[in-house]
Amino acid sequence: MATSSEIPGASFRLSMLIYDTRYRSITIQIVFLFLFMAGFAWLVDNTLTNLAEKGKDIDFSFLGMRAGYDINQRLVDYTNDSSHLRAWIVGLLNTLVLAFCACVTATVIGVIAGVLRLSKNWIVSKLMTVYVELFRNVPLLLWIIVIFAVLTEVTPAPNAFRGETPSASMLLFDSVAVTNRGTYIPSLLFGRSLGDVNLGLITVSTNYFILLLVLIGSIWGYRKLQSDALKQQEATGIRPTTWWKSLLILTLPLTIALMAMGAHLEYPALKGFNFQGGGYIRNSFIAMWLALTVYTGAFIAENVRSGILAVSRGQSEAAFALGLRPGRTMSLVVLPQALRVIIPPLISQYLNITKNTSLALAVGYMDLRATLGGITLNQTGRELESMLLMMLTYLVISLVISGGMNVYNSAVKLKER
Amino acid sequence: MKKTVFVGAMAAATTLVAGAASATVLEEVQGRGELHCGVSTGVNGFSAPDSTGEWQGFDVAICRAVAAAVLGDPNKVKFTSTTGQTRFSALASGEIDILTRNTTWTMSRDADLKFSFAGVNYYDGQGFMVNKALGVSSAKELDGATVCIQTGTTTELNLADYFKANNMTYEPVPIETNAEAQQQYLAGACDVYTTDASGLAATRATFADPENHAVLPEIISKEPLGPLVAHGDDQWGDIVRWTMNALVAAEELGITSANIEELSKGTANPEINRILGASDDDLGAMIGLDKEWAKRAISAGGNYGEIFAANIGESTPIGLARGLNALWTQGGLQYSPPFR
Repeated sequence: MATSSEIPGASFRLSMLIYDTRYRSITIQIVFLFLFMAGFAWLVDNTLTNLAEKGKDIDFSFLGMRAGYDINQRLVDYTNDSSHLRAWIVGLLNTLVLAFCACVTATVIGVIAGVLRLSKNWIVSKLMTVYVELFRNVPLLLWIIVIFAVLTEVTPAPNAFRGETPSASMLLFDSVAVTNRGTYIPSLLFGRSLGDVNLGLITVSTNYFILLLVLIGSIWGYRKLQSDALKQQEATGIRPTTWWKSLLILTLPLTIALMAMGAHLEYPALKGFNFQGGGYIRNSFIAMWLALTVYTGAFIAENVRSGILAVSRGQSEAAFALGLRPGRTMSLVVLPQALRVIIPPLISQYLNITKNTSLALAVGYMDLRATLGGITLNQTGRELESMLLMMLTYLVISLVISGGMNVYNSAVKLKER
Repeated sequence: MKKTVFVGAMAAATTLVAGAASATVLEEVQGRGELHCGVSTGVNGFSAPDSTGEWQGFDVAICRAVAAAVLGDPNKVKFTSTTGQTRFSALASGEIDILTRNTTWTMSRDADLKFSFAGVNYYDGQGFMVNKALGVSSAKELDGATVCIQTGTTTELNLADYFKANNMTYEPVPIETNAEAQQQYLAGACDVYTTDASGLAATRATFADPENHAVLPEIISKEPLGPLVAHGDDQWGDIVRWTMNALVAAEELGITSANIEELSKGTANPEINRILGASDDDLGAMIGLDKEWAKRAISAGGNYGEIFAANIGESTPIGLARGLNALWTQGGLQYSPPFR
């Protein structure tokens, strides 16, 4: 036949999709993709069908309705007349504050413990080993509950501060009260307040905004001073005296701004059932913060240790040969190089902290999980909607954190040319 | 099930398994030979495990009565602990057949969450408990107090409303279970514990020094507590409703666990005969059960009054008076529609 003389394989036959290695992998991928999409569609359809069968629909209008419940820790205005949407925002801010504080302290603890675990001092390094192994091998929830229980049972009730001869007394010149409900601290008040600016969702205190601007300006001035001094040192070999200038730049503008606004401290005082006035850090927050810090700090310590061990010994030996003391060798030579190894796993630890804040329910800290995923879900009965919103929120927070950390990572990583 | 294991697992993961609505709840319960009941995580007198691990209490007794009516054995019950937050999901997903967990009957739970309340087994109201050392005699003096409260409950909303209406402030301490609330309250981490007055009495009974704690006179809400089932199976709802009614009617008609065998041989009162299946009327068939369903339900733990007295009555450590929960003939609200 005429066709037998043709070059084999020139024409396309359907069986080649399976037997020809050029097409097979594509075929498999497409088939798998279709199966996956069909499975997903089946899940969505199943959910919707079952919800419809139970007479439920997917509806997010509950977010606009009155919440009706109170939240103890709120960073923005919120009353029980506010909407569920606002309760969500209050919870979200509580989550973010907790995550931020815990990330900062866990990093500090982790770096210190990681460095000290490599110490040549036997006691110090063993102590750090005990810390790391103890804290990272016991579930976080247990630490949270233990710390909360200790705070509740060991510290005195506000009542103990009452009377002629109280059984408990305030610390630091009667300015701080540690009770089993939380810690009361002095707060900053402004005699000549500049008021608040309402930005729709949140109100911003003008006072604190100005203080922040002044602080940023001071730090910028301080860095400028330092770089000028460095330039002069490089040009002439003599470093000008800067300590009194930097002290002045850092403190004077802030002091003037505070005095101009009539800032003074308000001390907590026992009035009625509780201490009134001043700031109030609830035990639920302290327990969460402490537990997240020591638990994640142990993991970060191991990251730091591995990062330091990844820097070759020659680096620190060279630094010693140049006459650098151990402390400066660590901060100037080893740690900057170790960061390249430390940062990527550190990102996951930050993400872990953020997601672990959802355990706050155990001690009644009103985070995102407790407001939107707890009370709102329960009072409105909108389980699926609340859960989806909550998952989306955590996803966005996590992606933002890891995006930001990736930018930082690319800034410190080894630049190969 | 024809579906593959994988697909089945995915369906289970969504907790919305298709085909759940095909069989009636009654057939399902009788098929598996066990009634699934949702109870609290432990409120003494209402639902709490005793020293041998057996669940006991006022709410538990309702469950056992239903099990006796449907399965013929009050012990064929599997109890599932639920918190204020998990109870409705458990019922809506079919994990439990009936929720008997001091749950308040409200319109939104009935209409929006799609549950049917089978009646009211305890008329309650929200109260406040304080340590007597605080010297508080009225809830109006609680301005600025720290209040322990179980989250996901109606009490949470009532509390917000009450303090708002009286122009007072408070610091809520959200708590997941009654046991945690008790621990926080006793440690002095909150000044006040608020929940249904019956729950306060039950909690106080477990304290080492109950005489040092006072329940304030203000009752700030109506809390009709009762068992509930999911919408969608009216027959099942009827079974639970009429089992409860049978317990109340039994007290009214003087049927007790002591004389029920005697009475079921036939009496001069036709209604007693109808309830106990001693006459030709077959009330059980109307709800898919046999003639003696109500007799078994009453035998399980006695009539409503007996259950009350045994679990939460004045002779128990909880010591609740009948009050609103007395029969209508004795000035209370407990009232059963006629059995005919």
